[in-house]
Amino acid sequence: MTEVNTLPSHRILIAKPGLDGHDRGAKIIVRALRDAGFEVIYTGIRQTPEMIARTALQEDVEAVGLSLLSGAHMTLFPRVVDLMKKQGLGGVLVFGGGIIPDEDVAALKKKGVAGVFGPGTPTDAIVAFLRERLDAAPKAAKGSRAKR
Amino acid sequence: MPSAKDVRELAARVRRGDRAAAARALSIVTEERPGHEALAGAFFSDHGASHTVGLCGSPGSGKSSLVNRLVTRLRAAGETVGVLAVDPTSAFTGGAFLGDRMRFQAHSLDDGVFMRSLATRGMMGGLNATIFAAIHVLEACGFSKVLVETVGTGQDEVDVAEVVDTVVCVSAPYQGDEFQAMKAGTMEIGDVFAVNKADLPEVERAVAMLKDALSLNPLHDGGWAPRIAPVSALTGKGVAELAADIDAHRAHLASSGELESRRRRQLRRELSLVLSRRLYRDAMARVTDRHIDLLAAKKSSPQSLGGTLLAGRK
Repeated sequence: MTEVNTLPSHRILIAKPGLDGHDRGAKIIVRALRDAGFEVIYTGIRQTPEMIARTALQEDVEAVGLSLLSGAHMTLFPRVVDLMKKQGLGGVLVFGGGIIPDEDVAALKKKGVAGVFGPGTPTDAIVAFLRERLDAAPKAAKGSRAKR
Repeated sequence: MPSAKDVRELAARVRRGDRAAAARALSIVTEERPGHEALAGAFFSDHGASHTVGLCGSPGSGKSSLVNRLVTRLRAAGETVGVLAVDPTSAFTGGAFLGDRMRFQAHSLDDGVFMRSLATRGMMGGLNATIFAAIHVLEACGFSKVLVETVGTGQDEVDVAEVVDTVVCVSAPYQGDEFQAMKAGTMEIGDVFAVNKADLPEVERAVAMLKDALSLNPLHDGGWAPRIAPVSALTGKGVAELAADIDAHRAHLASSGELESRRRRQLRRELSLVLSRRLYRDAMARVTDRHIDLLAAKKSSPQSLGGTLLAGRK
């Protein structure tokens, strides 16, 4: 058994709420985040907000990325945010992507979706967003990122 | 650094079955955050509370899908199940794709099931260095079974045998001829051999080859003859029989006295992992550029310096 000194990296959950089965975008994000040094958990397609919130709790992730192409983002994204808050996961960063009309972005941000990344976003921009938000959290506070 | 009181409180919440507390405790012990040693120490007393089952096998043999089916079966039998699923960390970026969860989401809302994905973080042998502490957290949380799914590393993935009570080796048809089944490694550690993908036509040949190879093995510790279970994670066929074989092995461990020797083997392994981790970390923390200068100038050797550093000198 050999061992190298690898520091823990940020844990991110990528989830596909709702009924659309198109997860090429989600897979690209999973791959890009993995290659950027994150530990990435992927739920697979067709998840309910309840399943996503429960998974975020069990996996104790620092961020949840939601991908949706069906148009139900205004219902499902805030529902995930609310369920997470109810479980004491209000400190977990939620971001989203997919086919999101520009005019919905401000409303989503108001409802707790911290970043929205549409088609054509360079994956580097998402990595930079996560690094900025997650690296900034002081190590001591990391253990209490979920206030519980 | 959490205080001794914080540690006690968190441990008490986990023992009451609080899932959020268990998730938090798992992060602290597996990421070795401040206070992890005190917390892992608090959970150690729960060693042996659950029946621990390890699943190993090559990538793509269907371990995750089989775990999903097994959990359904165990839940129907009234058991509660904790699952630890390990996937590889990239040696190049430190990142990881933890994909076992995808096969498992049918159970995500079941209060009797808890799953956590772990990354190997540089540990070879299919398991994470902190696996024991993670298992103890789930034992403390009250799950009757704890399943540990190792990363699919293949032939040499035998560490799991020193971590869990029952080892299930998962294979599938078309994975090689009878000579593959004769090799050392995972073939020596299985208590139960699940031949997955039994919906494929070649399954009978795979089972026969496995039977042949195992018939040449001396009997396992305590007189257990490893069982072979053809199973299909796709259709669910054979899952009940596989679950029965796993329970039969647990009963055998208890009646033969083998359980105690396995548990002692686990304790030895856990101690050795803690020792190697601490020694390595403490010694590496003393390494400075001056040591590398000494080596570059050939004024010392890694062997001589290694001895000095291990003895706690600079």
